[in-house]
Amino acid sequence: MEAIKLIGILIMIVGFILKKDTIATVVAAGIITGLVSGMSFLEVLEILGSSFISQRTATLFVLTLPVVGICEQYGLKEKAVDLIGKAKNATAGKVITLYQILRALGAAFSLRLTGHPQFVRPLIQPMAQGAAQVRYGEVDEADEEEIKAYCAASDNYGNFYAQNCFMGNAGTMLIVSTLVEQGYDVDALQIALCSIPAALVSVLAGAVFNWRLDRHLDKKYQGIERRNRG
Amino acid sequence: MINTILSEIFYCLIGVIFILVGIRALKAQELRERFFTAAFWFLMAAIFMIGPYLPPAVVGAAIVVLAILTGLGKVKPGAGAGIDPEKSRREAKRLGNKIFIPVILLAVSALLAATFLPFGASNAIGISGIIALIVVFLAAKPEPQEPAVQGTRLMDSIGITGFLPQLLAALGAVFTSAGVGDVIAGAVSSVIPDGSRFIAVVVYCLGMALFTAIMGNGFAAFSVITVGIGIPFLIAQGGNPVVIGALGLTAGYCGTLMTPMAANFNIMPAALLEMKNSYGIIRAQAPVAVLMLIFHVVLMYFWAF
Repeated sequence: MEAIKLIGILIMIVGFILKKDTIATVVAAGIITGLVSGMSFLEVLEILGSSFISQRTATLFVLTLPVVGICEQYGLKEKAVDLIGKAKNATAGKVITLYQILRALGAAFSLRLTGHPQFVRPLIQPMAQGAAQVRYGEVDEADEEEIKAYCAASDNYGNFYAQNCFMGNAGTMLIVSTLVEQGYDVDALQIALCSIPAALVSVLAGAVFNWRLDRHLDKKYQGIERRNRG
Repeated sequence: MINTILSEIFYCLIGVIFILVGIRALKAQELRERFFTAAFWFLMAAIFMIGPYLPPAVVGAAIVVLAILTGLGKVKPGAGAGIDPEKSRREAKRLGNKIFIPVILLAVSALLAATFLPFGASNAIGISGIIALIVVFLAAKPEPQEPAVQGTRLMDSIGITGFLPQLLAALGAVFTSAGVGDVIAGAVSSVIPDGSRFIAVVVYCLGMALFTAIMGNGFAAFSVITVGIGIPFLIAQGGNPVVIGALGLTAGYCGTLMTPMAANFNIMPAALLEMKNSYGIIRAQAPVAVLMLIFHVVLMYFWAF
């Protein structure tokens, strides 16, 4: 019954789906997996303890928090808002692309911006929507939804694919810790550099889709506008 | 040797921040769980500062205690002061774009320290934190206590999930000793024809995305799938561990883009934006996610071997 060893994975899946506490879920998964695989409780504790100590590197990001915290208090968000606000007369797609680029850069430079409440809702969506309104007059509900969805999505693309370019990022350190724990000698700099292509391509992919959104809106509404005028 | 001493100093500094988070919790009079919360942070500080000198089983037992505390919902944010928006606006006017310099330095100096200093890439992160801190003092002239205050505020708001990467790496070690990777590898080997690197890359990337989608958490998927599939079928076959690891996690994020399980990225924002369709964001992201996944497969196949 080798398959019983997979019970830890099952525990993790159920725990995460039911939104149980992540720390408790992971520890429970580890202990139960160890026990069903014939280790003693003490052995499991020893492995857990010694690898937790050797992988403290994964939590080194804490040392960057004082700086990031001070910068937040000293107007970091306000200046980022200024920067985006400079994009006047843009189209919806261009606003969103510009935001995605800045979000990706921010992620690559360790800014812990929780993008949707701080930026997308108060700033990016109104700007994109505003740009569409200036250009086309009213857009219908389906397109309004589409613009909103693209705004939210751009934040996710920028955030997910670019954050590992920062050496002290939690994801980067997870990769390093996991591989080192398994006996492979990798470091944060290597992982950060190898994360760059995916970050660049994600920005490109987002930009292409935003460009398509603009073209769709142009076709749909500028046509109507012209006809109305004609 | 010097590297180890340096890292232990850094871990002690981190421990100090944890202690401050604990004290912040103790001061939160209205917080019912304040003693448990403080106990969590003090215990974690002890693990970071004196853990290496304790028997591993004791550290393991401490981790179990921490897990019980969080599992019972006894560890809560300290609810201290947040950012002062008045001051933020005022300082933004005064400092202008100068405020970007310290955060950019944080990344750049880590890169430079890792490349040119002999202390290793991990210590470079700590070194960059100190360099950027010096620069932020020169640029913004904060009060002397502010690094502690702001660092504590952020750590408190990140909270216990900040330990997930470290804990998952430890879980990976338990899984490996238990032979979990071998079981997954055995099951997957029937799908992967002998020596087909391409199929192995596809299975690894898809597995990562699928597991991430199911669990809503790329970190957890990464440790499981890398131990079970990535190492036996790719890295052990001569694949470059750096490339496979780096692309593996972001391949998982393709799954994050397509799952309602990642509610705070995909569902909550839909509500925040007052969208009619709460799955509208996922629908918009799906084609990009699929394209990115294909890109990951192709890049990993050609770059890792």
